[in-house]
Amino acid sequence: MRMTRFRSDVSESEVTPEGLWLRRREFLQLGAAGAIGAILPAAGRAGEPTGERLPTVRRVELASGETPTRWDDVTGYNNFYELGTDKGDPRSNASALRTSPWTVRIDGEVKQPLTVDLDDLLRWFPLEERVYRMRCVEAWSMVIPWVGFPLSSLVKRAEPSSRARYVAFTSVLDRERLPGQRRDVLAWPYVEALRLDEATHPLALIAVGLYGRVLPPQNGAPLRLVVPWKYGFKGAKSIVRISFTSEQPRTTWNLAAPREYGFYANVNPAVDHPRWSQARERRIGELRKRPTLPFNGYGTEVASLYAGLDLARNF
Amino acid sequence: MVPPRRWLVPFTVAAGSVPLGKLAFEGLTGGLGANPIAEALNRLGFWTLTLLTLTLAATPAHDWLGLAWPARIRRALGLLTFAYATLHLSCYAAVDQLFDLDAILADVAKRPFIAIGLVAFLLLVPLAVTSTDRAVRRLGFRRWKALHRLTYAVALAGIVHYLWRVKIDLRRPVIFAVVLGALALLRILPRPSRARETSRAGAAGRRGAG
Repeated sequence: MRMTRFRSDVSESEVTPEGLWLRRREFLQLGAAGAIGAILPAAGRAGEPTGERLPTVRRVELASGETPTRWDDVTGYNNFYELGTDKGDPRSNASALRTSPWTVRIDGEVKQPLTVDLDDLLRWFPLEERVYRMRCVEAWSMVIPWVGFPLSSLVKRAEPSSRARYVAFTSVLDRERLPGQRRDVLAWPYVEALRLDEATHPLALIAVGLYGRVLPPQNGAPLRLVVPWKYGFKGAKSIVRISFTSEQPRTTWNLAAPREYGFYANVNPAVDHPRWSQARERRIGELRKRPTLPFNGYGTEVASLYAGLDLARNF
Repeated sequence: MVPPRRWLVPFTVAAGSVPLGKLAFEGLTGGLGANPIAEALNRLGFWTLTLLTLTLAATPAHDWLGLAWPARIRRALGLLTFAYATLHLSCYAAVDQLFDLDAILADVAKRPFIAIGLVAFLLLVPLAVTSTDRAVRRLGFRRWKALHRLTYAVALAGIVHYLWRVKIDLRRPVIFAVVLGALALLRILPRPSRARETSRAGAAGRRGAG
């Protein structure tokens, strides 16, 4: 199996310290609000990262040194339809998602199917911080300091058989508790999938944290997929099953609207979504839109995965 | 006699401006969340459709409920609709696209939901322009009335704009569609004679006072 290397010019570097980006936001907010913002106590939400801290063994900065999107926005502007379809719903309904106890079923084309408790799974791999750009299919984007481990480590540990060509990720199904699953907006449970060579690419990440803290429910706790060169919807949240298959799995958004959401969903400014342009994006916290980069700026690392593939057809 | 209730129209304009005031205030104090431009666009669009629905409810409210006062604020509601539609479009062109004409034209050409939204707005313009008493006199009431039936076309285009915009959760545009469909139906169905008589008898003043 081919393993693409990280680009050599990307060095491991420190993430902007929390204090610095917090002060930057305060400054911006004051600028926008003028005197009003200064007087009103309600206007300035604290927005400090909360939750249990996670130990990490290293930090990898892969967002061109950009300041991470502030915690309040990363945890308050989410597409997680299991918790509601409005952007603010997942945070409002976060308590509906019970993340403990949690088990993950690993099955399909593997040497030995198993069900692993989350606590055990977390002991398998050292955690690291990865700062990635995240590009939503809705033409907005963020810079997010994830905490997690490479998906390739998990795939290796699962020992897929020679018949395995895809990996499917199934999200939690809990119609009783999850408000968004009381309606069939999407075909529950949410399923996303990768080709096996995509899943073993070193950039593909299983995230369990954010800003050095345990992942909040609205961001897909306790563990989720992060594939930085694909649109955000590929990143299945609150994963309960990882299944290796020989056939391409049916994925949720692709089933819901095949013309709009392809299986690959690689970030591609040249292929518009039928209802909006993908040429530009708005980084959350910025006014002016910026050009969207092929593969979300990770082309050097991942483009070779798709050599010979017509990306306009296989969008 | 129906009392003049001169406060009705100013009150309508004031009440109709509340969502805009709230939007402006929250926009200045960072209360619109992570994506304030998208939030502002969504809210302005929502209020455009809401005010349009209220505008179209005035005549059925008179015919079926015998209420006279909704008709008296209909022009104010219609102009508020136009104001919100203008702000919605301006927010898109000026704030979202920063007057990037190429990007805007590409949007209109490539994206049906934007094209039909623009159609809805353009249809609103002649209605706003002919909203004065003078325009009614100049056109003659019959022609003026025929022209203002366009409001239903605007509503249809506006709802299709919304339906095509949302990703998958169609609840809200469908609610607008059902309400507007019902209002249109009430215009087509024969009016109950009772309501017509009571409204003629000035009962609207009695019932509508609340």
